[in-house]
Amino acid sequence: MFLSIENVEKSFGKDGRRELVLQDINLRVEEGEFVSLLGPSGCGKSTLLSIVAGLGNPDSGRLQLGGRDIRKPGKERGMVFQEAALFPWLNVEENVMFPLKGSMSRDRMRETARHHLRLVQLSQYGGHHPHELSGGMQQRVSIARALAMDPAVLLMDEPFGALDEQTRMRLQDVLEGIWIETKKTILFVTHSIQEAVRLSDRVIVMGTHPGRILQDIPIRLGRPRNLHAGEMAEYEAHILGLLKTENDKVEEEEMRHAASH
Amino acid sequence: MRLLTKRLVFYVALFAVWELAIRLFGISPVIMPAPTDVFRALGEMIGDGTIARDLGASFMRLAVGLVIALLIGLALGILLAKSKTADDTLGSLILALQSIPSIVWLPLAIMWFGLNEKSVIFIIVLGSAIVMTINVRTGIQNVSPIYIKAARTMGSSGPDLFFRVLLPASVPYFVTGIRLAWAFGWRALMAGELLSTGPGLGYTLKYASDFGRMDMVLAIMIVIGIIGVTVDLLLFQRFEQRVRVKWGLEAAH
Repeated sequence: MFLSIENVEKSFGKDGRRELVLQDINLRVEEGEFVSLLGPSGCGKSTLLSIVAGLGNPDSGRLQLGGRDIRKPGKERGMVFQEAALFPWLNVEENVMFPLKGSMSRDRMRETARHHLRLVQLSQYGGHHPHELSGGMQQRVSIARALAMDPAVLLMDEPFGALDEQTRMRLQDVLEGIWIETKKTILFVTHSIQEAVRLSDRVIVMGTHPGRILQDIPIRLGRPRNLHAGEMAEYEAHILGLLKTENDKVEEEEMRHAASH
Repeated sequence: MRLLTKRLVFYVALFAVWELAIRLFGISPVIMPAPTDVFRALGEMIGDGTIARDLGASFMRLAVGLVIALLIGLALGILLAKSKTADDTLGSLILALQSIPSIVWLPLAIMWFGLNEKSVIFIIVLGSAIVMTINVRTGIQNVSPIYIKAARTMGSSGPDLFFRVLLPASVPYFVTGIRLAWAFGWRALMAGELLSTGPGLGYTLKYASDFGRMDMVLAIMIVIGIIGVTVDLLLFQRFEQRVRVKWGLEAAH
């Protein structure tokens, strides 16, 4: 089972003119791979992810998962958003059971939910309601909920973007642990270079105006990654250099835009 | 506790000034009775069961009216939220009707249903159903898009999405709708009873007025006020608050 993205293009209408958000996107994610989409805001990485989720459609191009075309959302693609998006009227366990309804008996559903709550180290909190949990805990429940329906690929859209630094680092550890244990295919969107290098097998660096893939960088380091701090820093420096040129371009464009008004 | 003390002092002072003014200026009880007269009348009406009987009758009417209003409001609200055409046409009519106090329908209601319970219930339904409709519609339309997106990535769509996400996500608005429906219904009930028939609090009030018993009129007004405040503050607002905290719309205090 693998994910392939071929020649995807997407533009949004803006003040009567079209702006190209994604151009010539080609990407292949192998089964069991952890791939990050990294880039400055406006590079279309989140747009690309929601197209893979089936929440948006590309103007042209083709997306396939395991040889089947992607047209609409489906349970084989689990999604974790920046907001945990837990349903407040359900408790934690019921939230994790939400996608399972109709596919198995109630006992099996409960068992599956408990298993995945253990995976994110929240087995004690099944009876709590979302508003009683911290942001980091809510996001872990959201990961458990996406994993509970056993998707072929897990899509994560800046899942730790709204969390404080310490929680963020802790959740990176948790996520890496889950990935090592479950060997899920993960497509992960982030704007943090550190986070991308810390977690991924491959980092896809994206540029803006229009959003496109600049470079596909394999991270050839063992796991868990925190044993390789020195090498990670080298990768980070390399990617930073790449994005610096991009940032200069963005800045230049903004200046030109400001000057023309 | 300080709040309670402040309020207690305020009300004691209010009644004292009132009593004093009546005695000082020798105002006739037909114009304005003293608080002591009012409380005596209240005691009498509680003692002889008038209040209990009237409350029972009034609440029965209100309950029937509210149940009908809430069902209509829920159905219409869902219709308006789901159908753009219905919202553009029927929705505008409902907004327009909202600016007409429901009591002005009484003459028509009496022609249609006669001078009886049904007319009063009709007034209650009109007053309450509209505000419930508007809240249900707003609630469903304002469901956070992130809930819908999340549910869709979990394979939910169509009726499943509607019943498992859109409806429960709108519950805080439904609760507000129910509270406002009660408030509108309670006012409509009093006006309706005052102008039509009994038994009921409003009817007894008119009866007392016909006999110049302003002490009874004021006593009933106090009962109406106390019930309104009790139900609204102690029951509905607390419930609404709890729901809003649980739904993450408000931080716990």
